[in-house]
Amino acid sequence: MIQTGTLPKLGYANLRGLMDLQLGDEKHAPSATSTLDVIWVLYDRILRIDPDRIDDPDRDRFLLSKGHGPMAYYAVLAAKGFIAVETLRTFGRYDSVLGHHPDRNLVPGVEISSGSLGHGLGIGVGMALGLRARRSPARVFCLVGDAELDEGSNHEAIAFAGRARLDKLICVAVDNRSSTHGWPGGLAARFALEGWSSTAVDGRDCVALERALTAEHRGRPRALVAVVDSKG
Amino acid sequence: MTATMRERFYETATELVDREERMAVVLADIGSSGMSRALQAHPDRVINVGIREQLMIGVASGLALTGFRPIVHSFAPFAVERPFEMLKLDLGHVDVGAIVVSVGGSYDTAVYGRTHEAPEDVALLSTLPGWRIYVPGHPAEADQLFRVAAMGDDRVYLRLSEQSNRLARPIRPGRLYVERHGTEATIIAAGPLLDATLEATADMDVTVLYMTTARPFDGDTLRGSLAGELVVLVEPYQTGTSSAEVAAALADVPRRIAAIGVPNAEHRKYGTWQEHNAAHGLDAGGIRARILRALAAVPVL
Repeated sequence: MIQTGTLPKLGYANLRGLMDLQLGDEKHAPSATSTLDVIWVLYDRILRIDPDRIDDPDRDRFLLSKGHGPMAYYAVLAAKGFIAVETLRTFGRYDSVLGHHPDRNLVPGVEISSGSLGHGLGIGVGMALGLRARRSPARVFCLVGDAELDEGSNHEAIAFAGRARLDKLICVAVDNRSSTHGWPGGLAARFALEGWSSTAVDGRDCVALERALTAEHRGRPRALVAVVDSKG
Repeated sequence: MTATMRERFYETATELVDREERMAVVLADIGSSGMSRALQAHPDRVINVGIREQLMIGVASGLALTGFRPIVHSFAPFAVERPFEMLKLDLGHVDVGAIVVSVGGSYDTAVYGRTHEAPEDVALLSTLPGWRIYVPGHPAEADQLFRVAAMGDDRVYLRLSEQSNRLARPIRPGRLYVERHGTEATIIAAGPLLDATLEATADMDVTVLYMTTARPFDGDTLRGSLAGELVVLVEPYQTGTSSAEVAAALADVPRRIAAIGVPNAEHRKYGTWQEHNAAHGLDAGGIRARILRALAAVPVL
């Protein structure tokens, strides 16, 4: 049973329950569950962020470019103390801060407003450039979906990030085989072609995800294709 | 020879990035020659992303989110129309600032045809909240407005043009400049159409207001300067772009409003901007004829 109204640090076992508190966007449930393990691993083991210092200029940035189905994202934010668990019950209401697509101006710890596909990676490239110019150690993690990569804007970002050797930029492409025409040769090959370090792993294997997210990729941006079941 | 708005922009942008570490520039190839020294001197924050205009705006957003004041620059169709959703979301909805500096006016490079024309730019950006839109009519004014924009953190569109009035005016950002007082009508001339408007109305007893800030529209000065029963907008971009703002400013003051500008139509001609101005009735003779029709309560179009 989830305890509500406080900001405890909850664990992986609580996430499904936290997602169940968010009603009304069942259409995107597969989209939400497809990202669950990736987002959990990022917030639990990878990101250097603190809910009490969300404006730290040297914090790592996580960008949910694929803003659809943010229930997993909100669940992890609640589990990690960025938002109150009770807030999850307001999901989608008129005066809630938690919409069916996230708004950075409403939700503490959310770095970009997203929902329309194909925006996050371009912003992430700009963030990585800005942080590099500031000599910041911060990294930028951008989560996209395989269907989202149909949007041409992503490919402007993928190509340029490779040329600019943005080694603090990590793109996690959650691949639940929802791209209408698919990606011949696999998504990892698409990134590799543009100079990224890339690999594909089981998107439900938290150990493999952590290992892939911490792998060396000096001088190149990193792409991690997290493969999950098509039903999410 | 006086530098053009575009040449002044490159000079000042280079000066600003030299002087202020928070300034950044994002190009999509256009302007890379004019900014070549800055590209070499500051490769970490003067960035040419290649012909990728959607990325240009996204990168600007990311730079703003990491504390920079980004300037993005291209021809108006590629700075406004192609990446319009990025302007709306990556800057507007994310809620960060940037200075978008376009060149080409409505059809400065008419010889390139419709693909390089964007008389819709000001109207399009006017549909988005929170944008300050500058339409200077002289290189010195463009430089003044650019420097003001560089000091802020908001979203600014600076529309540069090859067209220019002969003299700069002592403009103030956000305000209409009262060029001339009269009694029979109020004429609002935007940006580089001031000279043609003054020539067109030289023997008329009309007030002429000069607009270099299109948004937010300065309704206060308009209300305080009204003359006669007629207000005529003369804009070098799409006809009626500011009609709604004028109407809103005069909601409780009965006036007729006539709009002169670039028609909303495909105009499959090349040549020069002077020829296009003449074709659209935006030279002195055309503006005069239409103001006379408006004064006579005959439709101007």
